[in-house]
Amino acid sequence: MDELIPYIYKPHPVTGITNGKFGTWLFLASEVMLFGALFSAYIMLRVGSESWPHGYQELHVAWAALNTVVLIFSSVTIVMAWVSLKLNKFTNFRIYMGLTLLCSLAFLAVKSVEYMDKFHHQHYPWTSNFFGIYFTLTGLHAIHIIGGIVVNAYLMGPGAKLWKTNPEQFTGRIECAGLYWHFVDLVWIFLFPTIYLL
Amino acid sequence: MSASAEEVKKHVKTYWGVFGALLVLTAVTVAVGYKHLPIHWAIIVCLVIALTKGTLVGGYFMHLFGEKKIILWCLALTVFFFFLVLLLPVIVVQEDAVTGPMWSPAPAGSAPVEAPAHE
Repeated sequence: MDELIPYIYKPHPVTGITNGKFGTWLFLASEVMLFGALFSAYIMLRVGSESWPHGYQELHVAWAALNTVVLIFSSVTIVMAWVSLKLNKFTNFRIYMGLTLLCSLAFLAVKSVEYMDKFHHQHYPWTSNFFGIYFTLTGLHAIHIIGGIVVNAYLMGPGAKLWKTNPEQFTGRIECAGLYWHFVDLVWIFLFPTIYLL
Repeated sequence: MSASAEEVKKHVKTYWGVFGALLVLTAVTVAVGYKHLPIHWAIIVCLVIALTKGTLVGGYFMHLFGEKKIILWCLALTVFFFFLVLLLPVIVVQEDAVTGPMWSPAPAGSAPVEAPAHE
């Protein structure tokens, strides 16, 4: 296997890290630019408009704060899932990964309630620039959450078979999935005050 | 981070400590949000708190403190371009101030520009 895809669990002699981890970081760098462009669009729309509502006037701060706590907790659980594998405790890994998945589903549930409330009050992406950028940013973030759920569910379910044959490689995969998940958390940390509080 | 099992064990307490700090900072962000400060102060306070939280997540959870140099260099380059993208609106506004609006409407009475004919 090592001849087919080199350095998947042993560090590359040049970079000092596995190719998978390096690739994950490069992917995250491109994601920073994607969200950066949208934040830039937000600034341009807000600065250029004659009037702009404060986030707390139009949106539910309490729900967003609850989602922030849920995401922060999921960041700890996924790092603890990786710690469990490092300590050779596979059962603990399953528990922490399960908690991460529960938190991500809870986040989506709260977000759905929030969206339903907005639709109920006739607030759609085309209603105003404020709601346009609100739905774009939070919607793109929610899509990232769904992507994370798919990957994490695979790693907790069928993908976990790799633990028996190559634990080092499996631990590396969890580390990469964790990096992605922390990035999703990081984006929300900046989205929350920008959209909801300012 | 390629840490051994012993090193990882030592970090567990740190992870839960960071979780506690993030919760406190979230509470502070919400409290500041409800204070309805003047917009420039609200931006400064919220950004400082968000940057602190981001540093904690990146530094401890993503193991950037003590990460390989190649990753740090890639991220430094990303941060540079990220701020360049963020500053684009400012650059455009300054351009407008010096040379006039970039997308200004045509002056009244001027002949409409014809679209090029398609072949």
